[in-house]
Amino acid sequence: MRLENREALEARRIEAKEAMKRPSHRILVCAGTGCLAGGSAGIYDKFKELAAKEEGIEVEFGAEIAHPVDTGVKRSGCHGFCEMGPLVRIEPSNYLYVKVKAEDCEEIFEESIRNDRPVERLLYEADGIKYETQEKIPFYEKQMRLVLKNCGHIDAENIDEYLAVGGYKALEKVLFDMTPEEVVNEISESDLRGRGGGGFRTGYKWQQVARQKVEEKYVVCNGDEGDPGAFMDRSVMEGDPHKMLEGMMIAGYAVGASEGYIYVRAEYPLAINRLKTAIAQATEAGLLGENILGTEFSFRIHINRGAGAFVCGEGSALTASIEGERGMPRTKPPRTVEQGLFAKPTVLNNVETYANVPMIINEGAKWYHSIGTEGSPGTKAFALTGSVKHTGLIEVPMGTTLRKIVYDIGGGVKNDVPFKAVQIGGPSGGCLVTSNLEVKLDFDSLKKLNAMIGSGGLVVMDENTCMVEVARFFMNFTQNESCGKCVPCREGTKQMLDILEDIVAGKGTEESLKMLEELGEAITNTALCGLGKSAALPVLSTLRNFREEYLEHVVEKRCKTGTCQALQQYKIVPEKCKGCSKCARNCPVNAISGKIKEPFVINQEACIKCGTCLDNCPFGAIVKES
Amino acid sequence: MDYITIDSKKVPIEGEKNVLSLIRKAGIDLPTFCYHSELSIYGACRMCVVEDNKGRIFASCSEQPRAGMVIYTNTKRIQSYRKLMIELLLASHDRDCTVCHKNGMCELQSLAYRVGVHDVRFPNTKEKRPIDMSSPSIVLDPNKCILCGDCVRTCDEIQGVGAINFAFRGSKTQVMPAFNKKLSETDCVGCGQCAAVCPTSALSLRSNVTVVWDAIEDENIRVVAQVAPSVRIAVGDHFQIPKGKNSFGKLVEALRIMGFDEIYDTNFAADLTVMEESAEFAERLEKGDNLPLFTSCCPGWVKYCETKYPEFAKNISTCRSPQGMFSPVIKEYFKERDEKEGKKTMVVSIMPCTAKKGEILRKDNFTDGRQDTDFVLTTTEVIRMIKQMGIQFDKIQGESADMPFSLASGGGAIFGVTGGVTEAVLRRLSDKKDYESLREISFTGVRGEDGIKEAVIEHGGREVRIAVVNGLANAGRLLDSIKAGEAQYDFVEVMACKRGCIMGGGQPGPAGPRTKKRRMEGIYKVDMSSNIRSADENPAIQALYQDFLKGKEHKLLHRNLH
Repeated sequence: MRLENREALEARRIEAKEAMKRPSHRILVCAGTGCLAGGSAGIYDKFKELAAKEEGIEVEFGAEIAHPVDTGVKRSGCHGFCEMGPLVRIEPSNYLYVKVKAEDCEEIFEESIRNDRPVERLLYEADGIKYETQEKIPFYEKQMRLVLKNCGHIDAENIDEYLAVGGYKALEKVLFDMTPEEVVNEISESDLRGRGGGGFRTGYKWQQVARQKVEEKYVVCNGDEGDPGAFMDRSVMEGDPHKMLEGMMIAGYAVGASEGYIYVRAEYPLAINRLKTAIAQATEAGLLGENILGTEFSFRIHINRGAGAFVCGEGSALTASIEGERGMPRTKPPRTVEQGLFAKPTVLNNVETYANVPMIINEGAKWYHSIGTEGSPGTKAFALTGSVKHTGLIEVPMGTTLRKIVYDIGGGVKNDVPFKAVQIGGPSGGCLVTSNLEVKLDFDSLKKLNAMIGSGGLVVMDENTCMVEVARFFMNFTQNESCGKCVPCREGTKQMLDILEDIVAGKGTEESLKMLEELGEAITNTALCGLGKSAALPVLSTLRNFREEYLEHVVEKRCKTGTCQALQQYKIVPEKCKGCSKCARNCPVNAISGKIKEPFVINQEACIKCGTCLDNCPFGAIVKES
Repeated sequence: MDYITIDSKKVPIEGEKNVLSLIRKAGIDLPTFCYHSELSIYGACRMCVVEDNKGRIFASCSEQPRAGMVIYTNTKRIQSYRKLMIELLLASHDRDCTVCHKNGMCELQSLAYRVGVHDVRFPNTKEKRPIDMSSPSIVLDPNKCILCGDCVRTCDEIQGVGAINFAFRGSKTQVMPAFNKKLSETDCVGCGQCAAVCPTSALSLRSNVTVVWDAIEDENIRVVAQVAPSVRIAVGDHFQIPKGKNSFGKLVEALRIMGFDEIYDTNFAADLTVMEESAEFAERLEKGDNLPLFTSCCPGWVKYCETKYPEFAKNISTCRSPQGMFSPVIKEYFKERDEKEGKKTMVVSIMPCTAKKGEILRKDNFTDGRQDTDFVLTTTEVIRMIKQMGIQFDKIQGESADMPFSLASGGGAIFGVTGGVTEAVLRRLSDKKDYESLREISFTGVRGEDGIKEAVIEHGGREVRIAVVNGLANAGRLLDSIKAGEAQYDFVEVMACKRGCIMGGGQPGPAGPRTKKRRMEGIYKVDMSSNIRSADENPAIQALYQDFLKGKEHKLLHRNLH
């Protein structure tokens, strides 16, 4: 049903609120990609079955996409607590069950739906404390979820649930109560900065597009989240797609554009489906399309699937890709705000940035400034991964210290191994070390440390992580993903990668480190685009912070973490060896020899460090030394 | 006036679009691989990086000049970056320079020397990739490619063909046709402009030098050469002869020294083309059939039209090109003698063009199922042969070409420049051949470097609308406007290469703006010094039509379209 005016929207919102209240219980099964992989689809089916059989208990059959009348079982977006998935949340009691299996469904149904009691064994437990409700769990309690507020709580495939929690109020406000200039000013005053990496001021960007005297303009959303391990934008697109769409529409209204493009990675099929559904529902409701809510404003949104090139996250490569060209950054000027998509003025922001817009419009720039730091107001979502107890998706106010994120929210380093570093900003970022734990994470303070927030990937590393290998990993990624256009990025990163591969293979020298620095410095200064300019940062940053470790690799040929295979040595302890020859018989390269009943010896030159001997020795006589 | 400071020199900003142009104006030849004034700014080679007084490093090709900028082009840092870029390029380059045919003319080689790279500190990472020899015109050797993208942009932006582009990512990036196809399977028209802009030998001409030497050596083969209009004003380029100077006589002598048996002037065949094409045009005008008439002397254009705009193929003149007309006439001429002497006549045409190598293989250019032109040698290949033999080209006196096929009008000579074919046809169609009338024709607007030129002339009591196009991307634009009904013409001349054959893919490089201008002047000078200016006044042509060609005009001079 098309909403023709403001009143109709309000009426639908009230209706939606009612509908959302009606069921006595709601069971929310996390349908984020992580939980889906853990089997949450089966859990969802099971609950649906149970809810359908039930007669005595009032479980309202709410809405799901395929069937207009269905159960109160919702497929919600990502709750963020991925480490503990699949997750099931029961409302109104707010019990959160972790690591749920299909077999647990009946018990949950019996206990929590019929008897309103928690199933103790499925509750999250830390340090001997069981947490009954989601809100009390430290992982959630220490966060400030504004952008991710609805993720995991509303049905991402039902526009009415978004309306019920106040969705499209900001759009309504700008269309009826604000001029485009006022919208631009509000965003400018909020000092919202681009969440995609650069931290560029969104209001300034909008202002520049708004003032271009060209009829055709575009609003583009960068959903090409390519950093390894990052999934903030995916979670928003999957869990709360309308919020982002609303942000794009407001941008369109503010700058005078009527076409929007979302560029999403093809590797995000769920996000694409949810966005498609959201666009279809919004269009049907008259919130997208011609004369939205009966106003002059028209806006259409198209989805473009990216073929998985990391470089397409760069603005000009992204627009080239939408146009059907090879995704390669071009020289600037002209900038995207002047000549972006189809050579027209273009607002290009990422998913999280757009998702910030509705609340700024609703609550005002002043309110927004009350969160975060002065230079970087608002919150930031991070994908917390690596050696941390609670990996997952988190959102904290800008300026939260690294310690709070790693220890309070993340629960500390896994297996209580000492903390070593955090890689922030993915392949374009740098590492933060123990001495940086008190650093407040915001755009400016990280810049001072030669790191960047990037899109928000946070990889925690413990003492067992080899920083040279980390640098090699990122350099390998960057080299594979370089668009191949400019010489420093294409050839320079190739040489850096080769040098790093030599180092981890025990073939590096001190000269290698100097060469890495020379190349890194040159690439940073001469590469064509932002990705090229930051390609060397992980290497330069680890070289600065962990030079000792590099030196160990090249001088002593030692990797103390035991990560670099080539630097390990397998040795036979003569006192323990009984001379049974089992190791020699199993060695694939005949590197072990000896006389029966006398200690055997490994020929280090021939050894390929496969570890077969160690696995086979019945007497524990073989040791691995690093 | 606004100024910027370049290495302590104040340079006025006079509408320059980038800092690089200002640096060059200041007299500093900043090196570049990927910057060409006729192509879009690409910014990939990073050779033109400079430093400003705030220590910022940027590529000068893509930086807009702002008043008060202070720029240094040769600081220690810049020097080291520039050297490193070359080192990095060399590290992934097939460095067999001594056996590379671009040896001595390679821009990578000369820049490496210029910036002082004496040692490459990196191991060579280039993996050997197969060479694409599928095209009769062009060889693509990815092992020599430095990925500057000049070829890709030329093919796309200037020629509108887009046969090659980048594939793969990172250090695996490669310039190649889409979907791993061979060049011969693409829309490549063989114009060779990619090779003309290539700084290395990643794209080069397909050479036929060896087979021609072999034929010359063979006593049973009568090797006949025909020399195209544009060859004579460029062949001297590598022999210290002033740019654009007519070296036809020297070339004839050189060819004779090499051992060619007969040497003819393709200008003569151009006169034949004018005769045939004028007649065809007059007929089509009268009947109103298949107008506009498109010229057919440029094989690059013919293939472009056939592949990209097949609906216009019927508009292309049925005439063969001058090369295509000449070879069957020569073979017919020697037919009896060949039989008597037990010899075989082989026609080797010497052309400024790589696409001509493809034209001779087209079945519609065969006579009685036989390939008429046996081999095409480009100007560049002939220069190589002259050098191989050690002929002192600058010292030899020069000779005349052989009769009966070397007397030509000035109208034949100007086939080498854009607008020339049109001008020659207009001369033929004009009733008045006096000096003033011919001068008038030259001022109708058909001369000059513009991509699309238009003229309206009076002929047979009606207005005839003419367009002259050079550069295939321009041809595409023109065809689009005809298709859209925005433009209407009766006669359209198209030359694939910008400025025409004088800048063909087979001409020697490098050729900067000055050389381009001299070549154009050189062609018009040949015309001006001709006793005969219009094809129909050429007595050799008249004699041919009266006797030898009788009844064979269609078979020998037109494309075999059945």
